[in-house]
Amino acid sequence: MGLELKNLYDNFRDGDTIKAYAKIIKEDAKKLKNPINIMEVCGGHTHTIMKYGIPQLLPQNIKFIHGPGCPVCIMPKERIDHAYVLSMQENVILVTLGDMIKVPGSNGSLQDARAKGADVRFVYSPMDCIKIANDNPDKTVIFFAIGFETTTPMTAVLLDTVIKKGISNILFHINHVTVPEAMRALIDSGDDNAKNNIDAFLGPSHVSVISGSKIYEEFPRDYNIPVVVAGFEPVDVMQSISMLVKQFIQNRCELEVEYKRLVNYDGNIKAQDLVQMYFQKASAFKWRGLGNIANSGLKLRNEYKEYDAESIFKNVLPLEEIQDHKLCICGDILRGMATPLECTIFGTACKPTSPIGSCMVSSEGACAAYYKYGNLI
Amino acid sequence: MNKNISLACGNGGEENNELTSKVFYKAFKNEILQRNEDAAIIHNGELAFSTDSFTVSPLFFSGADIGKLAICGTCNDLAMMGAQPKYLTCSVIIEEGFETSKLEKIVQSMKKELEVNGAIVVSGDTKVVPRGSVDKIFINTTGVGEVLKHGISSNNITEDDLIVVNRDIGCHGATIFVAREGIEMSSALESDCESLFPQVKALIDADIKITAMRDATRGGVSAVLNEWAKQSNICIEVDEDKIPVSDEVSGICEILGFEASTLANEGTFVLAIKKEDADKAVEILKTFANGSRATIIGKVTNIHLQKVILNSTWGTKRFLDTPSGELLPRIC
Amino acid sequence: MCLSIPSKVVKIDKEANIATVDTMGVQRDASLSLMEEEDIKIGDYVLLHIGFVMNKIDEVDALESIETYKEIIEAMNEEDRQNAILEDDECPNRGA
Repeated sequence: MGLELKNLYDNFRDGDTIKAYAKIIKEDAKKLKNPINIMEVCGGHTHTIMKYGIPQLLPQNIKFIHGPGCPVCIMPKERIDHAYVLSMQENVILVTLGDMIKVPGSNGSLQDARAKGADVRFVYSPMDCIKIANDNPDKTVIFFAIGFETTTPMTAVLLDTVIKKGISNILFHINHVTVPEAMRALIDSGDDNAKNNIDAFLGPSHVSVISGSKIYEEFPRDYNIPVVVAGFEPVDVMQSISMLVKQFIQNRCELEVEYKRLVNYDGNIKAQDLVQMYFQKASAFKWRGLGNIANSGLKLRNEYKEYDAESIFKNVLPLEEIQDHKLCICGDILRGMATPLECTIFGTACKPTSPIGSCMVSSEGACAAYYKYGNLI
Repeated sequence: MNKNISLACGNGGEENNELTSKVFYKAFKNEILQRNEDAAIIHNGELAFSTDSFTVSPLFFSGADIGKLAICGTCNDLAMMGAQPKYLTCSVIIEEGFETSKLEKIVQSMKKELEVNGAIVVSGDTKVVPRGSVDKIFINTTGVGEVLKHGISSNNITEDDLIVVNRDIGCHGATIFVAREGIEMSSALESDCESLFPQVKALIDADIKITAMRDATRGGVSAVLNEWAKQSNICIEVDEDKIPVSDEVSGICEILGFEASTLANEGTFVLAIKKEDADKAVEILKTFANGSRATIIGKVTNIHLQKVILNSTWGTKRFLDTPSGELLPRIC
Repeated sequence: MCLSIPSKVVKIDKEANIATVDTMGVQRDASLSLMEEEDIKIGDYVLLHIGFVMNKIDEVDALESIETYKEIIEAMNEEDRQNAILEDDECPNRGA
C-alpha cells in the first residue's frame, strides 16, 4: 500500500486510534507508582492537546504542565519595546511574523504602533522581506526575527541571500532562542523551596526536525527525566504519552522518538551549518515569565554587524530592564507550581485581548488555552 | 476600550462587538437597535431595513467582485429576516484616478445581482476624493424589504430548534486571504458570494418553521453561533465532524493556521429550524446549485448557557469561542 | 510546531532552487535552500515551514506508524468483542 498525502493527515487524527490509545494509557496508568506530570515544551503541542481535548481522555494520575510554548509567548517587554521604537523611526519598515503584532510592550503592541502610523507588516516567510525591500529602495526594512531552532535557519537563508545579492536596505533584529537551555532552566531552578514538578518531557516536533533528537540526551542522562519527541497530530501525542507511561511502569528513563517519519538523531545538518555560519550564542536572553536564561539566545556573528539593527540603532533603543507585572505568576505556571486558575488576574485584568503575562499572550500559551477551553478541560 | 481604534475592531468578532455596544449602541439607544438582528424590523413589522459598507480588497476575486458583494451583502441581511429585498440605495466613495472601466464592471455586477433579488436601486450618491483618501473605492448599500415571514429573530431560539448550514463554510474568507498581496498560492478556491433570497423564499414557500437565520459574514459561523447563544441565552452544541468544509478551504486553514468556522462567508447562512422541519429544510437547500453539503450541524441545550460547544467523534468537548483579533497566520 | 505541514512535491525548479508543493489542493512554492541537492524529488512528501522545505518525510516510517495504529484498533475491537460475548454469557435474561 502506497502512502498518500491524505494519510499523513487523516491517519494521525483518527478518532478510533485516539480512543484506542486512551484505553491503553488508562490500563497502563493503573501500574504507575506515582502520578506523573508531563511538560509539553512547545506551543504546537499545547494547541493540539487543547483542541482535541486530550486531558479529558487521560486518567487522573497523568497531568500536563504547559511549557514555554512559543517564541511569541516568551518575548520579553524589552524586546517588544525595541521593535516598537524601531518601527517608529523615519523610513523604517518593521517586518515580522504573524502573532508578534499583538504582543504588548510598555507603550503598546506593534498593532498599536501601526494604528499610530508606523509601517509595520507581517509576512508568512522571511524571504518576503526581499520584495518589500526591492519595492521600497529608499526605506530600511528591519526584520524582527523570532523563533526557536525551527525558524532560525530560515533567517540565516535570508541573510545569506541579502549578502549574496548585495541588498543594501535590509537589517536584522535577532530574537532567536534555543530550547534545551530553557528546558534545563525549568527543572534546574536552584531554589530549594521550589519543588520542580516536571516528571517527563514531550519533546518539540519541529525544533527536533532541524536539531535532531541529540539535543535532549542530557535530560534522561543527567536529570533522570525521560523525553519522547512527539509529532504534533493528536495520535502522535497520544502515542507519545503511551510511550512515556510505559517507560515509567518498566522503570526505564530514555530518549525516544515517536515522530520517526521526520525526526532522527542528527537532524538537518545543512540547516544547522547555516545557523552556525551566521549566528553565535548571546550570553543570555530574558524569557518573559522565566527571567534570564544563560546561552539561550542567538545574535549575529561579529563579521555581520553591519546588518545588525540592534547595533546600528543603538542610540535609540531603550536599555532598562522591565519587571514583569507584580501579580503575574507565569513563571510558576511554567514550572508546574501553579495553574492559570490560581492566578489572581486570570480572566479579569489578564485575558487574550489584554494579555499581561507570557502565558496569555499567544493563543498557544497555557493561560490562553485555559481561557478558551476552560470549564471543559 | 483602547484610546485608538485598532484594525481588530472591524473584525466582526469580540473587539467589533465591544466597539459597537460601548460607542454606538450607548449613544443610539433604542429598542429596535438593541434587538441586534441582521436587519431592523420597522413599520409595525411590515418592513425590514438594513445597511452595509464594502471595503473589500482586492476588488475583483475568484467568484465575485465588490459590486456583487455590495448587493448580496445588504439583500442577504434583509432575506435573513424573512424579507423580500425591494429598494436599495447605493453610495460610492471613489479615489481620484480610479479606472472608469473598472467602475463600469463593478456596476454591471451590481445590476446582475439586483435582478437575482428582484430589487432596484432608487437613490444614490457619488463622491470622489483625492488620491490616498480611500483605497480605490468604498461602497455603501442600504436596503428596504417587505417582510414575508414574521417573527424570525435571533432572540427566540430554544431547545426545540436544530442548527443547519446551507453549504460548506469559509470559502469567501479563504479566497480573499489568498488573493490579497503578500501570500501567493494557486488553487481552485472561489468565494461563496451569492444572493440568498431564492433559498429563503423556497423555505418560506414550503412553510418551514424557521426560528432564526443569519448569514455568516465577518467572524464566520463561529461568530453567528456565539451571538445566538448570547442573544437567546442558550447553549449550542455542534458536532465537529458534521460541519462541511471543502478540501480547498481545509488546505488554506492547514497552511495558515485558521479555523474554517471563523472565516468570513458571503453566501453561507446558518439557520435555527424547529426539529420537525429540519430534515425537510436541508432537502430544500440541497436543491440549490451550491447546496450539496447542506446539513444539520448541531442542537440547542442548556449545559453551558451563552456558550458554543464542539463535540468530537472520540468523546471530547471544547468551546468554540467568538473570534477575536485580526485574521493573521499563526507562526511559531 | 505551528504551520509546519506535510505536502507533496509536484514540480522542481533547479535553477531557482524552488519546489512547488501541493497541500490538499493548494499549491505554493517553497525554497529548497535547507535541503541538499538531489535530496528532493517530484512525488516526495516534505514538511513545509514559513516558505521552506524543512525535511523529507520518511514514507517507510510513516507507513509503519499507520500499521501500528491499525493493529491497536484491531486489538481494541477484539477486546470489545470478547467483553461483549462475556457480558452476553453472564446476562441473566438469556433464554436457555
